[in-house]
Amino acid sequence: MASLQMAALLSAPSTPVACDRVGVRVGTVRLAASPSTARNGGALVVRSEATVHGGLPARGVNLITHAVAEKAAATNATDSKPGHEVLLFEALMEGLDEEMERDPTVCVIGEDVGHYGGSYKVTKGLATKYGDLRVLDTPIAENSFTGMGIGAAMTGLRPVVEGMNMGFLLLAYNQISNNCGMLHYTSGGQFKIPIVIRGPGGVGRQLGAEHSQRLESYFQSIPGIQMVACSTPYNAKGLMKAAIRSENPVVLFEHVLLYNLKERIPDEEYVLSLEEAEMVRPGEHVTILTYSRMRYHVMQAAKTLVNKGYDPEVIDIRSLKPFDLHTIGNSIKKTHRVLIVEECMRTGGIGASLRAAIIDNFWDYLDGPIICLSSQDVPTPYAGTLEDWTVVQPAQIVAAVEQLCK
Amino acid sequence: MASSSLLRRAISSAPSSSFLRPISARLFSSSSDETVLSIETSVPFTGHKIEPPSRIVETSPKELLSFFHDMALMRRMEIAADSLYKAKLIRGFCHLYDGQEAVAVGMEAAITKADGIITAYRDHCIFLGRGGTLVEAFAELMGRKAGCSNGKGGSMHFYKKDSRFYGGHGIVGAQVPLGCGVAFAQKYNKEGAVTFALYGDGAANQGQLFEALNISALWDLPAILVCENNHYGMGTAEWRAAKSPSYYKRGDYVPGLKVDGMDAFAVKQACKFAKEHALANGPIILEMDTYRYHGHSMSDPGSTYRTRDEISGIRQERDPIERIRKLILAHDIAPASELKDTEKEIRKQVDDAIAQAKECPMPDESELFTNVYAKGYGVESFGPDRKEIRATLP
Repeated sequence: MASLQMAALLSAPSTPVACDRVGVRVGTVRLAASPSTARNGGALVVRSEATVHGGLPARGVNLITHAVAEKAAATNATDSKPGHEVLLFEALMEGLDEEMERDPTVCVIGEDVGHYGGSYKVTKGLATKYGDLRVLDTPIAENSFTGMGIGAAMTGLRPVVEGMNMGFLLLAYNQISNNCGMLHYTSGGQFKIPIVIRGPGGVGRQLGAEHSQRLESYFQSIPGIQMVACSTPYNAKGLMKAAIRSENPVVLFEHVLLYNLKERIPDEEYVLSLEEAEMVRPGEHVTILTYSRMRYHVMQAAKTLVNKGYDPEVIDIRSLKPFDLHTIGNSIKKTHRVLIVEECMRTGGIGASLRAAIIDNFWDYLDGPIICLSSQDVPTPYAGTLEDWTVVQPAQIVAAVEQLCK
Repeated sequence: MASSSLLRRAISSAPSSSFLRPISARLFSSSSDETVLSIETSVPFTGHKIEPPSRIVETSPKELLSFFHDMALMRRMEIAADSLYKAKLIRGFCHLYDGQEAVAVGMEAAITKADGIITAYRDHCIFLGRGGTLVEAFAELMGRKAGCSNGKGGSMHFYKKDSRFYGGHGIVGAQVPLGCGVAFAQKYNKEGAVTFALYGDGAANQGQLFEALNISALWDLPAILVCENNHYGMGTAEWRAAKSPSYYKRGDYVPGLKVDGMDAFAVKQACKFAKEHALANGPIILEMDTYRYHGHSMSDPGSTYRTRDEISGIRQERDPIERIRKLILAHDIAPASELKDTEKEIRKQVDDAIAQAKECPMPDESELFTNVYAKGYGVESFGPDRKEIRATLP
């Protein structure tokens, strides 16, 4: 693995942590292959190349607070490079399209998914291709159309139910909790519910409190469902396909602000594992666990941290239920320090559960308390500045790492 | 108030009315298989935005006897469950169906196992009607592994996938969208079958019902919504819960039919009619005017919100099993002693099944964690050491 090493030149006299590698990586960051790649059945898993902005931030500059949706940049995508460039919503659409083509029992149910093409264009063109019986426009009735999706799944169909915004699925909570999650158990294994429930959630750009909810905190204790959160076009497509193929109900969390991320993804078919975390940036000093949009805030902070001489290991946990304790554990055994960065609220969020899981399993490996950075326990305000203060910003992440590594 | 109107309805179909008088020319025939009997239902059907079907139902002696047998079996099972509950062998919630057997039996007579049925928690008899066995039912009620849901569901969660019985649901109203979803799948797969989504007069006020009805009507789904109106939503009488207790009319743009739910032949006719309608035209609502003798569940005496006179009145005038018995006797299909023997036989069957179920073991500790997820593509539940989590309980 080639990496460019430059001596830490900046005049920032931050006390280097006692370790060997003080350096900076610019340009291409290769994602480490997950150790269990080979396990994934017949489907090919190909490494992707995610690029980060080159350049080192000058000293003292304010960090960009809206560290989101960076277009893949500088390194010139030559024609000879394999794969094709897509935006995240196109990657989701490709995944959905491929699965609908492959399996006639896959159908899409949601508001404005058909003729309108989807409010975030994830289902654009699918109604024309597959017809009204497979891409179904529903009235505004989340409780019942989610229930209908579950009923259809009981017979063997594989519906993909879209919540226009994840927050609307609160109306269908009864169906998701009781019928979706529990039916396999209460029927003694008779009925499988191979449904996918997906939609955008998270704090957006001043969308207001009710349209900025993080439903992963509410759904996480429902037994019987799996939850995954995608963050890049590559994992969006892979997770969408895996979720559709899974025999279990899967809730796929997308993020409103990530739909326009661009990345080059492979031409070959690939499916990712639903229970695996993604190693975004290997490191030695601290394990930073994150998912969805916060991944980008973390990576933004990582640049600063690297300049200051730290070597954070960033893991995108991707699987919110169940947690990939194997990858997480290996990382903790290496670094002994954990920082969790999430967009859920402090009370009862994914971070809270993850913290508990880590304490239960890896207590002996920890050198210090686990820091969990979450959003504030407030409804998301409309005003831009207030909204920025609700969610975790890169500066806070940097400060937290510095505190951990003292 | 409500009780007198129920009795009024009962009296109008008193023994002196026409139902006992055979209509068909072939009278007093022995129970040969080819005999066709025409029976008149107790009351005519009332339609909403639809022409109701005829009051005359064709049946055979064989069917009459099987109705008697099935309903007596269901009745016996429910009474036995009552005793088991009082003996603390059944715990939690136990909702009994006695009095409503005609709905289960009449429906089964009109449809096939390719059609789907879904209901809420008063599901023991529907389960039996769909082909479930007594042992499976009692074992599930007592939480044994041999139960139809491996002991993990309980009274409210009976399912039988191979007969398309989709349960068995604790939260009333939620099963109606599920049922419409099953109907959607039937249309998607071009199966030519229908789904009956049963709910009560209490659940009839749930919003998701109307949402699902709207979608079903829009998409022309073969869904039949059946309101088993036993006039009380637990302790609340229908007139206190619904501004319009004409549940068959509440579909508005969806046609409806009001049926005497204590008359198995009326139920059979209505379900047959509804199936034909749903396959051609989309959803239809059936309101079954029925009654439960027990309270809402075993924790409810059932007498604080209705009078004992009302209950015994219905039992005397409208009991579904007695109606069939009288028909059998009037048509000379079998002597009274034979019917008594059938009932004795059934009692023995039920007692044997209970004894067998009592012998069944409780589920294993390890069963706590089975069937939470289905094994399938890419699903592997790992602990920190990548081995499957096996739980050990203290």
